Amino acid sequence: MERNILEIKNLTTCFFTDDGTVKATDRVSINVGKGQTVCLVGESGSGKSVTSLAVMRLIDYAGGFIQSGNVMFHGQDLAAKDLDEMMQIRGNKIAMIFQDPMSALNPVFTVGDQIAESLMLHQNMSKIDAFKKAIEMLRLVGIPAPEVRVKQYPHEMSGGMCQRVVIAMALACKPEMLIADEPTTALDVTVQAQILDLLRRLQKELGMSILLITHDMGVAAEMADRIAVMYAGTIVEEGTVERIFDEPRHPYTIGLLQSIPGFEGERGGELYTIQGTIPSITQLPTGCRFHPRCPHAIDKCRKEEPILREVVTGQQVACWLNEDVSNHFRINQRANSVAGSKAEVNRQ
Amino acid sequence: MNREYLIEAKQIKKYFPIKAGLLSRVIGHVKAVDDVSFGIRPGETFGLVGESGCGKSTLGRVVLNLQGATSGEVLFDGTNIHEVNRQENLKLRRDMQIIFQDPFGSLNPRFLVSDIIGEPLRVHLRASAKEMDERVVELMSLVGLDPSRRNRYPHEFSGGQRQRIGIARSIALSPRFIVADEAVSALDVSVQSQVLNLMMKLQKEMGLTYLFIAHGLNVVRHISDRVGVMYLGKMVEIARTDDLFAQPLHPYTAALLSAIPKPTPHRRQERIVLQGDVPSPANPPSGCRFHPRCPMAQERCSKEIPELIEVGQDRQVACHFPLA
Repeated sequence: MERNILEIKNLTTCFFTDDGTVKATDRVSINVGKGQTVCLVGESGSGKSVTSLAVMRLIDYAGGFIQSGNVMFHGQDLAAKDLDEMMQIRGNKIAMIFQDPMSALNPVFTVGDQIAESLMLHQNMSKIDAFKKAIEMLRLVGIPAPEVRVKQYPHEMSGGMCQRVVIAMALACKPEMLIADEPTTALDVTVQAQILDLLRRLQKELGMSILLITHDMGVAAEMADRIAVMYAGTIVEEGTVERIFDEPRHPYTIGLLQSIPGFEGERGGELYTIQGTIPSITQLPTGCRFHPRCPHAIDKCRKEEPILREVVTGQQVACWLNEDVSNHFRINQRANSVAGSKAEVNRQ
Repeated sequence: MNREYLIEAKQIKKYFPIKAGLLSRVIGHVKAVDDVSFGIRPGETFGLVGESGCGKSTLGRVVLNLQGATSGEVLFDGTNIHEVNRQENLKLRRDMQIIFQDPFGSLNPRFLVSDIIGEPLRVHLRASAKEMDERVVELMSLVGLDPSRRNRYPHEFSGGQRQRIGIARSIALSPRFIVADEAVSALDVSVQSQVLNLMMKLQKEMGLTYLFIAHGLNVVRHISDRVGVMYLGKMVEIARTDDLFAQPLHPYTAALLSAIPKPTPHRRQERIVLQGDVPSPANPPSGCRFHPRCPMAQERCSKEIPELIEVGQDRQVACHFPLA
């Protein structure tokens, strides 16, 4: 088993609001191995972005704090570091890419200035060296004529180009860990394909680990080694990409996968739906957070909160129904028929 | 041309002037929609796909006469909607409605939900307060909203519920044709499938015709009977949904289809990755607008603009060298 670069253990984060502190994530645990890509998927408001902010300790600037839990990075607990120490790590050992490239870049500095900044700060490079390196980085992320582009401002570039600049910035110090929060959501599909390919290529070249946050199951399927599914601030299922897509065990994961219209098979029929909506974090249901929307909920689900535990090798689920194998068969019947038809298409 | 269409667009052009300088002189045009023709049959869902800036929303607005066309005509049931007088226009508005993308921006925050849904009834039918209230209750139950919440404000509803309010408003006058402009793009998947089911249910019950504009190709595939693909203001391919997805003929369609990440981890297939970005519609490339990014471009492509021509039953493509 490869060594984990990042180990998030029982991370609970809170935000200050007018009604007191509100828990945004509750006992989230994720491990990211060296060179691995772990995808955190879930719908809006499920706590994916908050988790990434907590790892970077940017949550301290966003009106929240880490209440308990650890973020172990190379044996050091990032959750216990003070903000000055974090500055040595952030942008150096761990870097982050945000969703909207236009607002992630400073409009009054050239892109070269912005890439060079982290190099001069973290690696004590001279301005001339840092600019040379910035040009090299722009070339690495596939920007044509980097010598010209380095002196341009963000508004002179397209969205896809800006996202490449942001990636160049993030990777300038050769981080071991890259956190990408919806890096392609704001981009068009053909540009998204370019950026995803770029991330995969750079990951191979630099040997870094990626924690990718996305709401798009398609992106997760293409990029991930492992997937963690979040719902209302907790992880409900975690496993290898094959297990999550072929044999999802949590009713939420199953519902999520079934409600996506596919590219094969029948169309125009009624789509599977998960009834209701994600609960607000201020009004969480008792017991399992998914039970009011779960078609299989039993009495125990309403009373006791299930914990994430391994049910088969390489797959953890937080669901009471999965305690019993016969139940698992029942919830998965529908999913299997879907998976079966997909397998058939693959064989052709 | 074909008589069977409920709505037909003929050689629509929509140019937006670019003004500059002290005198606001026109220095060029953004060719948002350039010579696009297509038709939608009654009861059909026509999906319109393309990347941002390709002109699909502009086309949707021109088709509804929310924006005038620079040239070309739009026929609704045989009437040219750009040449009707005020009275006739008002009548047409009852038959043609739109659902907007942003369920937050398209509802007036100072209006009660009952006012939002009832507004078309007030304007077009001069309905009495009682009639209006009855119809609002009926519409809200039809779209799956709790009618007892009609005297609340939009901010008290979730994104999916707001989109249902927008749908209730658009069907209030029992229209025949609805333009859904990215109606489900802003929603989470579990809510998106609820709204899609609702739209399909309403289509069956009310015999609606949809122009479904979206960039999510899997959604378009699910709901559409035929699909049109746009690139930089041009329609590059029109085909029945199954044909299009089984065998795209235009290289851009092929690239678009292969670019979409599919939720099946076993098929990390080789993708056609297009180089570069979509060029600016203010200064489109010569000849075929796709040629600078096209993996199969030849010399002719940079010189001659390919016409959208019939290549099979119900199938048109604008390419000099369509994929076999």
